[in-house]
Amino acid sequence: MMRRVKTKLTSKWATAAAIIIAVVWSVPTFGLFVTSFRPAAKQVGPRSDGWWNAFTDWQFTFKNYADVLTPAGSQSANLSQYFVNSIAIVIPVTIFVLVLASMAAYVFAWGKFKGRDGLFIFVFALQIIPLQMALIPLLQFFTQTLQLPAGSYAQLWIAHTMFGLPLGIFLLHNFISEIPGEVIEAARVDGAGHSTIFWRIILPLSVPALASLAIFQFLWVWNDLLVALVFSGGTADVAPITQRLAEISGTRGARDYLNPAAAFVSIIVPLLVFFGLQRYFVRGLLSGGLKG
Amino acid sequence: MEFIGEKLLQVVIALAIFAAVIGLIMLLVDRAPKSVKDKVTVAGFLAPAAILMLVGLVYPAIRTSMLAFTDAGGNANGFDNFVWMFTQPEALTTLRNTVIWTVLVPLLSTSFGLAYAVFIDKARGEKVLKSLVFMPMAISFVGAGIIWKLVYDYRGPNIEQTGVINFFRVALGMDPKQFLLDAPENTIFLIIVMVWIQTGFAMVILSAAIKGVPVELIEAARLDGANAWQQFRNVTVPGIRGALVVVLTTITIATLKVFDIVRTMTAGNYDTSVVANEMYTQAFRAGEPGRGAALALILFLMVLPIVVYNARVLRKQREIH
Repeated sequence: MMRRVKTKLTSKWATAAAIIIAVVWSVPTFGLFVTSFRPAAKQVGPRSDGWWNAFTDWQFTFKNYADVLTPAGSQSANLSQYFVNSIAIVIPVTIFVLVLASMAAYVFAWGKFKGRDGLFIFVFALQIIPLQMALIPLLQFFTQTLQLPAGSYAQLWIAHTMFGLPLGIFLLHNFISEIPGEVIEAARVDGAGHSTIFWRIILPLSVPALASLAIFQFLWVWNDLLVALVFSGGTADVAPITQRLAEISGTRGARDYLNPAAAFVSIIVPLLVFFGLQRYFVRGLLSGGLKG
Repeated sequence: MEFIGEKLLQVVIALAIFAAVIGLIMLLVDRAPKSVKDKVTVAGFLAPAAILMLVGLVYPAIRTSMLAFTDAGGNANGFDNFVWMFTQPEALTTLRNTVIWTVLVPLLSTSFGLAYAVFIDKARGEKVLKSLVFMPMAISFVGAGIIWKLVYDYRGPNIEQTGVINFFRVALGMDPKQFLLDAPENTIFLIIVMVWIQTGFAMVILSAAIKGVPVELIEAARLDGANAWQQFRNVTVPGIRGALVVVLTTITIATLKVFDIVRTMTAGNYDTSVVANEMYTQAFRAGEPGRGAALALILFLMVLPIVVYNARVLRKQREIH
């Protein structure tokens, strides 16, 4: 029976349409990739032409990438600095969110206290607050009340962690509350305390959910621009690569030919994470309450 | 490359402080007297997340709501910011654009995603075909902006075109077009970028839902003489209704908050601004935090009914299953 349904649904026209969509969706990224390897004169100026001509004139260079990455004066893109910033921002934030969210999710799933369900619904509801609503007061709080220095990662770490927690708690709660109660009960009978149960039983059993959340958090922070613009101060000391990319692509000029290479440097990491861990990413999407 | 060492040190220090705090909490939980042990655990495990969310989300949301009724100097000015928003031509354009975005992006992304999911269902190479359309989900809005600036690239009429679309326009005998400059259709060309990103999301969710529709139902419809379209219309679509609602609402919310695409591609110029972008411009560039807060509040009010509806659909589904 499977066989017949299969032949019925995959007609030639459907396959053709699917391939057209797939090509249309891939061409923009592919174009950027090819352009990023073309010499400056081919990209801007009188001798420039479309990237598709690269396959006939066959001129490629790594110079754009070298120019974009190495620091050379204040005019240079200097992306390697910002690349390191992105890593220095995203790794602590991901760890903070994973640990804090799983601790809270554990208590929401297995702790016993008054108002637990009400509080959990409240945390869930926090997801509806748009980031935009939090920015102005939070910036005032950081700079005026806490006196956090502007040129440090601290503001970005804390802000991203704050914004990541509601979804993190919700996703992990869904998973942790499904862990069989007998497992936890058995450990308790053996004399294990809450912290032992949490680190030795809950976390190891939650690895699939933690992986999904880690990927979400990683992609979200790596790709963010808004939080960075508000809290980083924009210097090479702390600003992430997205912010630098927005800057250099926003100013038109003689160095326009560097934009494709710069863009590709910034998207290569999320693409690798995505293709390497696509399975966990999809699983996370489907478990975010979306499956119903 | 000495900067790497310095930056790494900051990261290591932060992680060490974090580990110390967590370690301290675990120690307190373990050493607490038996009578209050459960209470200390709940408090210790919940406190860090609770404090961060209170300071980072609850308090700012309340503050912003109040700020929306003040002027640039911080003095109360009643509904002036909202009057500005609904009377000034530029502000009205921003609102109009936001409405166009929130109508078109969910509709187009979901339609393309659904069509693609159906076309590739059980096809050969399904996984690869899925990855290709899903891939833009991993790319930042800034990156996507640069990718599409290249697609929309414009050169004068008599020289070689560098953008794909203008290349085809010229090949077909048309004049090249400045896609990002000509209002009002430039908003549509920005919207296409968001559709390009969100279609993959719709496709993945809907594809999983389609696989959940019982094969027997489709087979029964086929035996009753239904053609492919009727099978799709009368069996598949009702079977994935819940997923369709979730996809539509999720994309709508993401679209309302979209900021980076407009910021990177036009910076909100040429009549392309949307509420989320205007909010940033007013609050952090124009020195009008009151107006920015008012725009943020409007954004919140637009998101609210969608989320409530979404939550109700989800709950209903849970009850059925």
